[in-house]
Amino acid sequence: MRIVGPIIAVCALAGIAWLGTGPLSLYTLFGVIIPYCAFAAFVVGFIIRILNWGRSAVPFRIPTTAGQEKSLPWIKQNKLDNPSSKAGVVGRMALEVLFFRSLFRNASTEKTEDGIAIGSAKWLWLFALIFHWSMLIIVLRHFRLFLDPIPAWITALEGLDGMFQIGLPVIYLTDLGIVAGITFLFIRRVVVPRIRYISQTIDYFPLVLLFGIALAGIIMRYFTKVDMSAVKELTLGLVRFTPQATVTEPIFYIHIFLVCCLLVYFPWSKLMHAGGIFLSPTRNMANNSRAVRHVNPWNYEVKKHTYEEYENENWEKMQALGLPLDYEHVKEEEPPAEAEAGAAEGAPEAANTEDSEG
Amino acid sequence: MKKTGIIAFVVIFCALALLPFAANAISPKAPLELDYNTPAIKSLEEHKCIESTEFMRSSHMQLLDSWRNDVVRNGDIVYTATDGTKYEKSLDDSCLTCHSNPEEFCDKCHSYEGVNPYCWDCHDSFGLWRQNESNEALYQDFLASVEGGQE
Ligand code: HEC
Ligand code: HEC
Ligand code: HEM
Repeated sequence: MRIVGPIIAVCALAGIAWLGTGPLSLYTLFGVIIPYCAFAAFVVGFIIRILNWGRSAVPFRIPTTAGQEKSLPWIKQNKLDNPSSKAGVVGRMALEVLFFRSLFRNASTEKTEDGIAIGSAKWLWLFALIFHWSMLIIVLRHFRLFLDPIPAWITALEGLDGMFQIGLPVIYLTDLGIVAGITFLFIRRVVVPRIRYISQTIDYFPLVLLFGIALAGIIMRYFTKVDMSAVKELTLGLVRFTPQATVTEPIFYIHIFLVCCLLVYFPWSKLMHAGGIFLSPTRNMANNSRAVRHVNPWNYEVKKHTYEEYENENWEKMQALGLPLDYEHVKEEEPPAEAEAGAAEGAPEAANTEDSEG
Repeated sequence: MKKTGIIAFVVIFCALALLPFAANAISPKAPLELDYNTPAIKSLEEHKCIESTEFMRSSHMQLLDSWRNDVVRNGDIVYTATDGTKYEKSLDDSCLTCHSNPEEFCDKCHSYEGVNPYCWDCHDSFGLWRQNESNEALYQDFLASVEGGQE
């Protein structure tokens, strides 16, 4: 059910779009109203998630990352894995976001005849990278539907993506990539017993949904065809706030209805890792704990009773008992020796601190 | 993460999300207008393409693709349209005799839709290649050889 459920759900969603635009012809609902609502839900949901995350406590740097931290001058620091500067953090984050660097270190443990072998497992990294890059390029290419005139970089991207000029319409490499990527990620969950054991409905659903979107798009481009002039009128209408549902092919509405479902689902699902990765505490903070004092921002003022104050209050009794005294004391009548007490008060607290807020 | 970081994140996200709307608000809005003002189309009895306009709009590329394969692989050069009219399966000798202004027709629509067919890489429909005199001579030789060969 964990696997079949999402497949049924996505088929049902596609069925709703087909029913709504095939027999019922509710073009404005599926072409205008639902896309606007879904986009608004996506933007608002995304912002709410970021603000919620922003409110959570991250008081200190987390230095437990691979690589040598900044230390003595003759010890070589690993500047990308364990950066001590902002630039290093940006570099580490960029490599993480663009090339999934920590996934590259993914290892698999296997039982062999004489014990346990730990080998590198690069397949997941490779196919995850293929999938995500394909998805990014496809989304960027889609902006040709929303812009007029079409900027040169989109045209260049299309040319690059279809560079082998196979078939007509030219097959985009990213279309092959996204299908291959999703298929691998899905099969991995199904055939590896341990991963299948921990995979839930919410792990399969996004994969199936994305697969449905890509499949509908591919069918539309390469097989059934749509009237692209009408599509562009619709999409430009949406971004110019002069919406009109000019398209009549149900396959187009199936494609964008599934996209709308994705947009609504996105902020509240695991897909939100797209925004969350930038907030990973082990990735987005420089490890400078040894160089800079980080004060927990919500520390309350601790009520202190120093030994000096204690001795000041009790020194006469202590003296009577013959206990050793650290400070010089004078009888009540005379004013206390101010100079000395002042010097001992308050640790050098303000030196070299940087606020870390939650 | 610091408050300023979170706010910057949200601001950048909003800016990206609103970018297409903003870009369209400032870009000029020119509706696509295709030019049918060619001698061949003007002299048509009925203002129509070889198939229905809807079909041409959505599927002309696949029609051209199958024509290409038919001609190059099977030597089949006659296309019988749904209404019975016969056409030569040729980009230059069919499509472009009627649509003899491809810059104002094919290209205009393609740049609006963001499509870059590579037809013109080889098909010398604009005569650019032949504007070079030595190429013109080559072309005439080629035509003579083709026509002589066919008879
Ligand atoms: C109404 C707009 C329009 C007009 C006019 C038009 N095309 Fe197209 N053409 C398109 C669209 C849209 C596509 C891409 C369809 C897709 O991506 O599914 C396309 C694709 C093509 C392709 C396939 C290229 C590829 O990479 O997919 C060829 C070849 C082509 N057109 C040739 C022509 C020729 C030749 C003419 C002029 C006789 C012409 N077209 C006129 C809209 C038009
Ligand atoms: C007999 C002359 C003729 C020939 C040959 C011809 N066309 Fe057309 N074409 C027309 C006319 C006339 C129209 C306008 C139809 C209309 O307005 O309903 C048209 C419309 C079109 C359209 C639709 C444009 C729109 O309004 O969206 C496309 C695309 C197109 N032609 C491509 C082609 C291609 C590709 C070929 C070659 C396979 C071709 N035509 C051959 C006369 C021709
Ligand atoms: C998550 C977002 C989306 C994904 C992953 C996606 C995926 C795809 C894929 C894989 C294709 C096949 C052709 C290609 O790669 O260009 C495609 C085509 C298409 N998509 Fe999308 N899509 C998305 C969003 C949208 C949106 C928002 C619209 C419009 C409202 C849209 C409209 C179209 C159209 C019209 C085509 C056919 C293009 C053609 O015939 O050339 N897509 N999509």
